[in-house]
Order: sequence, then structure tokens, then C-alpha cells
Amino acid sequence: MQEGSLGKEYADREVVCRQGEPGDRMYVVQAGRLEVLREEGDGEVLVGELAKGDVFGEMAIFDRQPRSATVRAKGNARVLTLDRRGFLRRVHEDPSLAFQILERMSLRIRSLNAEVVKLKHLSPPEPQRK
Amino acid sequence: MAMTLENGSRVAIIGGGPAGSLCAYFLLTFARRMEMDLAVDIFEPRDFGQPGPGGCNMCGGIVSESLVQALAVEGIELPANVVQRGIDSYVLHTDETAVRIDTPLHERRIAAVHRGGGPRDVSEVTFGGIDGHLMALAQELGAKVVRTRVREVDWQEGLPRVSHGKSSQTYDLLVGAFGVNSAGGQLLEQLGFKDKGPTTTKAYITELNLGHEVINQYFGSSMHVFLLNIPRLDFAAIVPKGEFVTVCLLGRDIDRELVDAFFESQAVKDCFPPSYSPQEGACHCSPRINIREADRPFMDRVVLVGDGGATRLYKDGIGAAYRTAKAAALTAVFSGVSAQDFQKHYLPAYRSIAHDNRYGLVTFAVVHEIKRVRPLIRGTVRMTAREQARSGNTRSMSMVLWDMFTGSSPYRDIFFRTLAPGFVGRLTWESALSLWGNGRKNGAGDARRIAG
Repeated sequence: MQEGSLGKEYADREVVCRQGEPGDRMYVVQAGRLEVLREEGDGEVLVGELAKGDVFGEMAIFDRQPRSATVRAKGNARVLTLDRRGFLRRVHEDPSLAFQILERMSLRIRSLNAEVVKLKHLSPPEPQRK
Repeated sequence: MAMTLENGSRVAIIGGGPAGSLCAYFLLTFARRMEMDLAVDIFEPRDFGQPGPGGCNMCGGIVSESLVQALAVEGIELPANVVQRGIDSYVLHTDETAVRIDTPLHERRIAAVHRGGGPRDVSEVTFGGIDGHLMALAQELGAKVVRTRVREVDWQEGLPRVSHGKSSQTYDLLVGAFGVNSAGGQLLEQLGFKDKGPTTTKAYITELNLGHEVINQYFGSSMHVFLLNIPRLDFAAIVPKGEFVTVCLLGRDIDRELVDAFFESQAVKDCFPPSYSPQEGACHCSPRINIREADRPFMDRVVLVGDGGATRLYKDGIGAAYRTAKAAALTAVFSGVSAQDFQKHYLPAYRSIAHDNRYGLVTFAVVHEIKRVRPLIRGTVRMTAREQARSGNTRSMSMVLWDMFTGSSPYRDIFFRTLAPGFVGRLTWESALSLWGNGRKNGAGDARRIAG
């Protein structure tokens, strides 16, 4: 780790946060790549990848639900942690700070919408009722 | 003439330190959101790429935990060539002992930075420190940097006019982002700005070239904080940065005598290698620091940001620059540029910093008293050490000290946490126990182990 680096270093495949755990912090990727995995039954499905500048874990801060996915380092990665209370206090002092998060969330909804359309085209048509 | 910014409006920012560059950055970011085209000129004669006094804005150079986090959410990254050292812990030194306090996740959460290109004897100039980095971000968004000193400001048909060299230009808004160490305040008097400006005192900062090896061995990635029984000294810190450590002394009019008393105290000597003797001719400065805000930081089409107006007492000056610069930009873009707009939307942010400093003054006065009462300072250290030894326990003293020394929480928060009955009870108990404890002094070896 370089002397001037900020945040915490994660080794390849090290888990940053795990699906189902309570979410009391959010994260900003400083360097490297991370995988977003959804654990379904015995297996896991890759639902996305994160890179420098990406924010994750913010959903649990806003909706107070358990973590919706597991995030794991893909190669070495460095991540900065933001505590829930500190972040919420800052947003209430300066609501414009939430704009950045909103902007990223809306981009994510757009790409999810595109995924949904793609999946609908892939899946076999539902049987027609007579 | 409308007191709002419109498409094609012009803004002049006098001073290109963090307050000026961040104000430009946010003005241009918000204008873009509103699909508005703004022309922003930053007047800054300094070249932040230069080492030594020519490129330096004289400050301890700490980006606090809370500012690192806020900037990360804003999308402003502090790259490894700007951050000289990521800080993950601090070591509290008293006259008798030392105790180490880690961040909750052992994470590097504080950025130690140089203001300009580094001390004058730096071997390799990096990107121009934090000032150069923030200025480059503003430039990427379209801010124009005018590398000259402003000669005069006056009014021209209701608009502030800025003159430099042989040229003059009127603007829709003038932002005063000069620090307390410049003559910017006199410029604003030419506009009829009547405020007497902030109240200041003198600090002392020096940069010691110890080399990477010694710094890794003796200081590590810790910020070293000193609570020593030296009159007039409120706070002292040694911060590792690359091949240098920055020594920062704050208090009431720090003079040579006080600086000598600091370096000669055993606790400070123990931090350095046994053979070390203070270097003659090291880069040092005695900047004025703002200890009480200017009363009225705005008028129609003029607003003061950064420490020419209000800053946080002793700590997190760059954080205060961020908060005032952003609040001024929000007001100017989304409300307007009249005195009433600033009164309604800018003053609350400005005042919250100023009011918090009142709690800061009280807190530092209490710390001053604690330093003089040996059992109390021992009790503080014992309570901290006990918290650090037991992971997962309440860490009330550790967090109070952490927030106070790193500038991570408002002084008001810290103040009220120390009034909690549990806190007072535990401190009293540990202080009483310390009367029977030994007052063994840590040697240099212990300080090294703690810094590890």
C-alpha cells in the first residue's frame, strides 16, 4: 500500500460486505475492482462490477434493510468507509450532498431497466390463455 | 439589474486556495446542473507547483476524516500523489506517557497533505499539493486562472470591478477567498466592506526532513498529538508526510521561547531518534490563524469564503473552506447574489462554524486545565488505554480525543459527550486509580512501539 493511499486494502476475493448483514456504513472505491454478487440458494450470481469512484452500500443507509448483495474484491482493491450516522448528519446539514447519490442511483435504475428488457426478450413467451 | 446569476454571468474569485478553487468547482457544477453557462475567473498569483514559501499557503496540511468522506461523496478524489501520508491512528503524548488510538476499522481515514509544492528543501515536487489539485479540478470544469495580483476593486454601474495590470473587468459576483495572511481584506474595503475582519493569533509550523526510514520507524502512519504542560500552548502535533514531518504548534501567540520549550520537552525528544538534533534552517513559518470570524461576510454581489471570513478553531480549516465555499456557491446559483440572499442562505452555514467555535474555546480551556492536574491527565490516558485494549467496548474517551484532535466532529458534539454522567464517572474513577498507579515514563523505545 502506498504511503499516500486512503481507505482500507482488500486482498483478492476478500469480502467487504455480505448479503443479509445489517448495513451501517457505505463505501467509496478508491482503487481496483470489486464484484457485486447475489447469493441465490447454494450459488451466487454476478450482478455487477465496481471500479474507482463508485459508491456502494448506500441503499441500506437509506432504506434500513439488510445488505442486498455481497461485495468482494476482484484482485487487490482499496475502499474508503463512510459511517451511516456521520453521512446522514452531513446530508441533513447539506441536502445537496445527496444529489450525487441520486444521480448514481438513477443511472443504475436506467441500466437495470435495460437489463429487464433484455431478459424479457430472452425468456420464452408466456403461454397464451384462450 | 437582476440580483441573480444568469446564462453568461461572470464571477471573480480572489484567491485560489482550497476555498477559492472549491467555490469555483461548485459554482460550475451547480450551473451545469441548471444548464447555465458561467464564466469563472480565479485570481491567484502563486504557483502551487513551487516548493517553499512561493507556493505555500501555510497550514498544518490535514484533510480531516469528515472532509475526506464528504469529498469522496462529492466525487472529489484525493490521489496518492497529493496525499503525502494516509493517517490511520494517532498517538497521544503527555508529559509522562503515550497512548495510541486507532481508527475503528484500522483504515487510513485522514489525509496529510502539503499546501504547495512542499517544503523548500523537498527532493521531488509532486503535483502541487492540495491547492494545486483542487485548482486543477476547477480548471477542468472551465474555471480560468488569472496568475496575477489584483491591484484594485471598485464599483462600476452597480457591479464589482476587478483591476489587475492594465486591464479591468466587471463581474456579477465577487468572491473573496483570500486567507487571513493576505492583504485581501484591504481590497474589499475599497468596495465599502466595513467589517473589521477576523481576529487572529500566530501559529508556528515547521517541516523537518527526517527521511522515509526514520519516519516509518518513529512516526508510522500516526498523527502525534501532544498534551504538554507548557503555558500558552493549546495544541501541538507532529504529522508524517513523505520524507518530512510537519510540526504544528497552536496557542496564543506562539514565540521562539515556546517553540524551544516544546522541542526540549522529554515527551517530544522521545519521538525522535536519540542522535537527532533540531535542524537549523528548516522550512518554517508563523502564519496568522483566524480565531474569531468576521461579523458580516457579505454585501450585494460580494461574499467572503474560507478563513478570510470564518474558519474552524485550530482544526479542519480546509473543511471550513469547503463548507463556506459550497454554501456560497449554492446561494449564488440557486437563490441569488444580493445581501438578502446571502443573509438567508449563506449566513446559517457560516454561523454554524462560528457558533461551534464557542464550544471549541471552552473545550480547549478545559483541556488546558486538565493538563495542569496530573491525576486528571493520567486518568485520561488510563481510560483511553483501557478502551484500546478491549476491542468492541465503548470507546467514549478515545472518540472524544479522536474527534477533538482530528477535527472530525463539531466541538458542540464533543462538548456534550464529555458531560455525560458515565463519561465523567469513568474519568473520575481512572483518575483516582492513577493516584496509586506508577508514573513510569515511556522511553524512546516505547514511543516507537506505539507508533509502529
